[in-house]
Amino acid sequence: MSAVSAAAAAYIVAGLLFVLSLAGLSRHETARSGNTYGIAGMAIALVATIGLAARDLDATAVVLIVVAMVLGAGIGLWRAARVEMTGMPELIAILHSFVGLAAVLVGWNGYLSVEREGAEQTEVPAELLGIHSAEVAIGVFIGAVTFTGSIVAFLKLSARIKSNPLMLPGHNWLNLGALVAFVALTVWFVASPALGALAAVTVLALALGWHLVASIGGGDMPVVVSMLNSYSGWAAAASGFLLDNNLLIITGALVGSSGAYLSYIMCAAMNRSFLSVIAGGFGNEGSTAAAGVDGEHTEITAEETAELLRGAKSVVITPGYGMAVAHAQGPVADLTRKLTEAGVEVRFGIHPVAGRLPGHMNVLLAEAKVPYDVVLEMDEINDDLAGTSVVLVIGANDTVNPAAMDDPGSPIAGMPVLRVWEAEHVVVFKRSMNTGYAGVQNPLFFRENTRMLFGDARERVEDILRAL
Amino acid sequence: MLIGVPRESRPGETRVAATPVTVRQLIALGYAVVVESGAGVGSSLPDEAYAEAGARVGTAAEAWSADVVLHVARPTAEEIGRLRDGALLVSSLAPALDPGLVEALAARPVTALAIDAVPRISRAQSLDVLSSMANIAGYRAVIEAAHAFGRFFTGQVTAAGKVPPAKVLVVGAGVAGLAAIGAASSLGAVVRATDVRPEVAEQIASLGGEYVGVPADEQQGGGTGYASVTSADYDRRAAQLYAEQARDVDIIITTALIPGRPAPRLITEEMVASMRPGSVVVDMAAAQGGNVAGSVPDQLVVTPNGVSIIGYTDLPGRLPGQASQLFGTNLVNLLKLLTPGKDGEVVLDLDDVVQRSMTVVRDGETLWPPPPVPVSAAPAAAPAVRPAAAPAPRRTASPTRAAAVVGIGAALLFLVTAVSPNRLIENLTVFALAIVVGFYVIGHVHHALHTPLMSVTNAISGIIVVGALLQLGHTSTLVTVLAFVAVLVASINVFGGFAVTRRMLGMFTRS
Repeated sequence: MSAVSAAAAAYIVAGLLFVLSLAGLSRHETARSGNTYGIAGMAIALVATIGLAARDLDATAVVLIVVAMVLGAGIGLWRAARVEMTGMPELIAILHSFVGLAAVLVGWNGYLSVEREGAEQTEVPAELLGIHSAEVAIGVFIGAVTFTGSIVAFLKLSARIKSNPLMLPGHNWLNLGALVAFVALTVWFVASPALGALAAVTVLALALGWHLVASIGGGDMPVVVSMLNSYSGWAAAASGFLLDNNLLIITGALVGSSGAYLSYIMCAAMNRSFLSVIAGGFGNEGSTAAAGVDGEHTEITAEETAELLRGAKSVVITPGYGMAVAHAQGPVADLTRKLTEAGVEVRFGIHPVAGRLPGHMNVLLAEAKVPYDVVLEMDEINDDLAGTSVVLVIGANDTVNPAAMDDPGSPIAGMPVLRVWEAEHVVVFKRSMNTGYAGVQNPLFFRENTRMLFGDARERVEDILRAL
Repeated sequence: MLIGVPRESRPGETRVAATPVTVRQLIALGYAVVVESGAGVGSSLPDEAYAEAGARVGTAAEAWSADVVLHVARPTAEEIGRLRDGALLVSSLAPALDPGLVEALAARPVTALAIDAVPRISRAQSLDVLSSMANIAGYRAVIEAAHAFGRFFTGQVTAAGKVPPAKVLVVGAGVAGLAAIGAASSLGAVVRATDVRPEVAEQIASLGGEYVGVPADEQQGGGTGYASVTSADYDRRAAQLYAEQARDVDIIITTALIPGRPAPRLITEEMVASMRPGSVVVDMAAAQGGNVAGSVPDQLVVTPNGVSIIGYTDLPGRLPGQASQLFGTNLVNLLKLLTPGKDGEVVLDLDDVVQRSMTVVRDGETLWPPPPVPVSAAPAAAPAVRPAAAPAPRRTASPTRAAAVVGIGAALLFLVTAVSPNRLIENLTVFALAIVVGFYVIGHVHHALHTPLMSVTNAISGIIVVGALLQLGHTSTLVTVLAFVAVLVASINVFGGFAVTRRMLGMFTRS
């Protein structure tokens, strides 16, 4: 058993552990052990790799490895311990950008240590050089798109830049042109591995990543984040091809397909195709469509809402991104406890694209100690809404819009929505009568069984708690 | 401007157009209010309460000569004469039934708004006195029936024997009918209800009633939100239904009204005769001619077979405090609409469909009848029914399309692999299999765990650190520096990703 074969064996074990890790996450009961499997797999992979690399490393390199890893571990653990659950989307986005950056660097290193050395290099047999060059170009391209795309997503999610879609004229052609140019540059780079070609690929990919995400609006972020998750996987897989490392390929493919599947779920939940989300620009045309619906909404006070809740048999809360913005999950959880103690059945209905991250609402509610077995998915709760006394819509808008079902002309027509209007009473927590992400006015607000409770969601929920 | 609230002169009228609560709201809109002494007595609202709320208690002349006069019942000719020139009168006017009153108003240089001519659109709901009075009347009809009925409403099993619940049939599930259904079922009766509009079945059920439909293929509802005249064939089948029900139930409450027409005769003498002695019929349409044969307006008639037929027309007035409060609030909502500046100045905007519909006379010019207001749907009824009918079409890939995608993918993979050297083939094999495994594994992930899934995949995609580690020992400084940075950022991912996943998963708890 040589060191190389031992490492290869360790990689297979690590790869299987990663599969087990993802499998474990399919249920609450096994999720924690899933995470442990992942950690174990990672530990095995790292030990094997360091063992393999340490054979021909000098002391400086070992110190560098230790310093880099300790530093990285420190930063990672510090962020992980400090991040607020409302800030999870940003954290996930910035972590994606790190994978992208690492893939770019690994790709460049591949170029510097092989193609750059010309005839003197010994790592890659001459007949495989062309393939190696292609792998470098592809790895750098995917990595760079992931890198800048994730940076933009991070900036948008943390509200450091506006989340409105950037609409350059002919932006779809720009994206397509960038892809064509990438293919051409890769061919050039394979034919003659020049520094300029790789630099051009890098710059092109950085620009494409930026533009791709910049032209997608804030409400489509669940798709974007899962798409970037997918890209970061493909970037790792590309590095695996480059380095001829099966563990990287397996892991990259797992992550890549997982992200792709999540994107698919999110798109299905909006009844939109993946391409139309990527093409971006949603939410721009909406301002005109808003004129179609008009009517008088009825307001309600926190005290009246408390009265309504006290008399209710069952309550369903449908949270949206507004709950995260207002940090209202804590008071909402208190409200849930109080009502449950009073014998009211309280459940949550979560739309798949509520929030800015797949599963965002679930994490927020879990943080506030809402038991996960009362937090149901849209399809699980939709048929029960008709028999519900009160629905509290907290910071959600498009995901509870009846126009999606009633109005074929609506921009969100056909999107599966929570049918909250079938309940006896609906109380909508909202800051103003402004439209939601899709820019579509919500006829729900003008229904006879709908009451509007204006103001900051957190303060209003606290008012209700006091009144109870 | 000054708002006058005179004492109602109609015999038996107990209501008043403003209560101390609504007086405060009127003052908040910028108005001064004068209330005729004794105006609230019928609703147990003493003059002192009005004075306390900020109104001036004055004489009838003062109240009638105000800039705006709020009134409940139709005014008499003499009362119209007491209005000052340019005054605004808001009152029940029933302009469709009482053209003489419209003429009398038009003879004076005044403006008159009929509070009972509010169009049935949801925006105008808050000022619709017909709805709020019908609600009260429906409740009171049940109370009157219970009063005249010699038994319990609710079924009981007592030591003295078993009591069956009373059976109530409510005809017409408009506002009054629904209120009656709710009141009767909360008293414990078995409630059935019919209506020409089948879409109200759900509302009936929501109040505890059972919808008994007339077997018909005909859709009713004329686009005005009110019931309309039915065909002869329909009426025949309906009569059959009523006849069957009359033999079975203890109490019938009829609420069938068609605006601007005499009430339809639904319950015939034979049906009344077929009811058990002691049964009660409440005819809420008695004032408009009656739904029930033998009903007399404002009277309780007992038929020879012992059935009481109640024809009271003042049902809302029998709950004077409640009726005045709701009526007053409707008027406040109207004045909110008329006072956009909240400055105590009335601005009548005839471009607004609600205000136009109510305006009978403006400055002596007759504006009745108003142009018809189309109501998009029967309020609340249609939206409740529609979603069930049309499930949203979800985007699903057609089998042919899926097959095409698989085919193209397989062909591409075949081409790429066929021209590849061995090493790449090996890598592609692993890659392809891992994608498939990933897809199936992820497909089972619980929706609530999507965020932890993303953070854990984040962590494991930090596996790229392995690649960077292998490059770190390279002789070139530039490569080493780049590899160092790569190891650093990838390590952030690995450790941060796992740690945050762990933290999140720790939060998920069962109840």
